[in-house]
Amino acid sequence: MTSRSAVLARSDTTTARSVDGQPDTGTADLVYFSSVSGNTHRFVQKLGRPALRIPIHPDREPPLRVTRPYVLVVPSYGGGDGRGSVPPQVVRFLNDPHNRSLIRGVIGAGNTNFGEAYCRAGDVVARKCGVPHLYRFEVFGTADDVRVVAEGLDQFWTQQ
Amino acid sequence: MVESLKLLDRVQAINWNRIADDKDVEVWNRLVNNFWLPEKVPLSNDVQSWSTLTPHEQQLTMRVFTGLTLLDTIQGTVGAVSLIPDALTPHEEAVYTNIAFMESVHAKSYSSIFSTLCSTREIDEAFRWSVENPNLQKKAAIVMEYYQGDSPLKRKVASTLLESFLFYSGFYLPMYWSSRAKLTNTADLVRLIIRDEAVHGYYIGYKFQRGMELISQAERDDIKDYTFSLLYELYDNEVQYTRDLYDSVGLTEDVKKFLHYNANKALMNLGFEAMFPKQVTDVNPAILSALSPNADENHDFFSGSGSSYVIGKAVSTEDEDWDF
Repeated sequence: MTSRSAVLARSDTTTARSVDGQPDTGTADLVYFSSVSGNTHRFVQKLGRPALRIPIHPDREPPLRVTRPYVLVVPSYGGGDGRGSVPPQVVRFLNDPHNRSLIRGVIGAGNTNFGEAYCRAGDVVARKCGVPHLYRFEVFGTADDVRVVAEGLDQFWTQQ
Repeated sequence: MVESLKLLDRVQAINWNRIADDKDVEVWNRLVNNFWLPEKVPLSNDVQSWSTLTPHEQQLTMRVFTGLTLLDTIQGTVGAVSLIPDALTPHEEAVYTNIAFMESVHAKSYSSIFSTLCSTREIDEAFRWSVENPNLQKKAAIVMEYYQGDSPLKRKVASTLLESFLFYSGFYLPMYWSSRAKLTNTADLVRLIIRDEAVHGYYIGYKFQRGMELISQAERDDIKDYTFSLLYELYDNEVQYTRDLYDSVGLTEDVKKFLHYNANKALMNLGFEAMFPKQVTDVNPAILSALSPNADENHDFFSGSGSSYVIGKAVSTEDEDWDF
């Protein structure tokens, strides 16, 4: 438990800025977007690994630029006809060709009650970037989701 | 029945150009984009399929839909409206008016299904049943009581449990018929309702969590205890109601898994951890895939069961925001 909380504390610091005001992107192999509702943030925190959060307010915060390969966690909020299922902040992040070149997989978040739109943002990103949609979870995930994804990511990176 | 629903004392002209909480705009837009009416769904294509159900199956289906109609009526005329005086922003008030209206659309859409598929006598009989079934009436009474209480946060708890839990004993049946290629247009309509309720539960749960941040730890503990005791009370009643409906067709245990699965998500919408363990939330895969084509385990790459995982299937992405 001790080592886990130590790692958790470390992941807490990833949304903070280093001294020069830029995010410390050195060790994180997980990038995520979470709106102010914070469900995806909560899931990522439970994984206990360094992670970088895509800024919610691009006009007020510096853009995120990654420095190593990563898996993206992206929520879908349900509905519509397929347009606008990827949060605009995530579109902006992936429009940077450098960021896009380092994506290796996607994990989707959502709610099966959204029907066909369940985790559609993950489907869209997977298709556009040509990477696998590795896993889907609902709301902020159950303990089982956290276990499967934590172990799955460890294994995924050893195979890369 | 309703003694005195509180009204706002003062109202200022709402300014959508000055936003305190982005979530209000985001959810408003989502709800508007999701707007639909039952007239757009070709329900009459289900007439043939309806005639393949036994009289007992038809009666069960009608009873389920009158039960759902009652909940939608409550949520449209009392539930969503009761949240308005507690709103923290004028835009939150506007979102509740949207939610209230859509609940009335949902309630009316069941009548569209009835008038397409059933006789007036059958419809009247089903509505009579909904008035006389004690467990359905108790469910309505429990929720109505909390809507009239004096705690804004408790009202949000009751509302979220209604939106994200209480509907699901009913929603199960059209998903079941759909999984057997029956009443598929009716199922399409119900899926639109389910999608709306999911956004409603998410939003009200979100506002609940914002409200929880403004009170003391002792008050938070009290609200949490209250949430779980209300859930237990509703759950016990829901199991009885499920038996009333589904024992005769042998589906009660299957429906209960669906209840547990959705109760967990109702709790999560409120920010609490899921309560029912995996062993009792393993919803019939046919029901899950009737709900969402993406919900099956073939998409689970990490568990090893997903050897057939796909690198993006055909989804429409016409967004002009993309640079690539």
